[in-house]
Amino acid sequence: MPVIEARGVGHAYGDRTVLRDLDVTLGEQRVGVVGANGSGKSTFARMLNGLVLPTRGRVTVDGLDTRTHGRDVRRRVGFCFTDPDAQIVMPTVAEDVAFGLRRRGLGKAEVAERVAAALAAYGLAGHADHPAHLLSGGQKQLLALASVLVTEPAVLVMDEPTTLLDLRNATMISEVVAGLPQQVLLVTHHLDLLDGFDRVLVFDDGRVVCDDLPDAAVGYYRKLMS
Amino acid sequence: MSRLGLYVPGDSLVHRAPAGLKLLVMVAAGVGSVFLRAPWQVAVALAVVLLAYVVAGLPPRTVVRQVRPLLWVGLVTAVFHVVVNGWQRAVVVVGVLAVLVLLAALVTLTTRATELVDAVVSACRPLRVLRVDPDRVGLMIALGIRCVPVVVGLAEDVRDAQRARGLAASPRAFAVPLIVRSLRHADALGEALAARGLDD
Repeated sequence: MPVIEARGVGHAYGDRTVLRDLDVTLGEQRVGVVGANGSGKSTFARMLNGLVLPTRGRVTVDGLDTRTHGRDVRRRVGFCFTDPDAQIVMPTVAEDVAFGLRRRGLGKAEVAERVAAALAAYGLAGHADHPAHLLSGGQKQLLALASVLVTEPAVLVMDEPTTLLDLRNATMISEVVAGLPQQVLLVTHHLDLLDGFDRVLVFDDGRVVCDDLPDAAVGYYRKLMS
Repeated sequence: MSRLGLYVPGDSLVHRAPAGLKLLVMVAAGVGSVFLRAPWQVAVALAVVLLAYVVAGLPPRTVVRQVRPLLWVGLVTAVFHVVVNGWQRAVVVVGVLAVLVLLAALVTLTTRATELVDAVVSACRPLRVLRVDPDRVGLMIALGIRCVPVVVGLAEDVRDAQRARGLAASPRAFAVPLIVRSLRHADALGEALAARGLDD
């Protein structure tokens, strides 16, 4: 498994401090992140692929600093957002999956092959030429996921991927994620998705206030919120 | 889907024609349309474009959908020209408008965005001298096509929210939230592009 390290990480948007004194090493295959809105978990997730650079401290993935090796880090760390509509950049399904493979020096045939395999793997094979906006919410999130995974990242960071989905689609996404060989860091409000995870971090007011196995961490979080 | 003039999969001659050629024909038609003077010439042009729709295997319904948004603009333009320049001129102007819109729609209906983008990217290569990044231009076009349904969706959400709160249809109460949402969407899209390694 890749190793993600945050050392002395702090972050502020102007005067508003959103993360402070963060020191964690993540080497488990399944890591969950929970916390109230505004607790800093989305900012933390965005630091793992260099979308947000910490104002203090440093974040490394397999020893690569996100500040100096952003490009290499992003090749290793795929990111899945809450709103798939913002993440789908091409008009049709297959084109969006192919987008991530541009500028990788792959031949047309190889790109087509990989795209077809990704679409088949995530149940979108029949939708290759469909306009992305006609997919259901769950299918859009599957497409977003397929588009990220086709680039074969070693780590997948997901920021509340099921928040906009109904129960059936949320369950479907979580089943897909459960089967992935990648290291996954999942930020979520759906606490039952964390069953079987190796480790869960609880964020509160910009700090990690609990770092434990899912049962203990989720219990802590429930108490904190009540 | 066809309401927005987006790609409809197919295997016709029109579908298989190179995207660059289709774009070239479109540009040529745009330039050429300036020289149309008589109603019969416009009728011929219209017939040619409609024939191309038939070859592409697109139903008449699709044709109607492409020109329907032109209805009001066309009507106003027609009335103006009938009054000022006579009916022949009105037929020519409105006819040319319809022909060009139909032709442009035919291109997007029968060409994958990727192919359009690739054609534009190769056409923009010489602009490198002027420090224009062809890939950036191509991406802009793809995002433009993709954003049409997204912004339509945002507009529908805003309208629903207005209705839910019982607000009367006021242009400002519609435009402001739509612009705010569009900008927010643009931010999120930028973030997603960065995450997918666009600038790396």
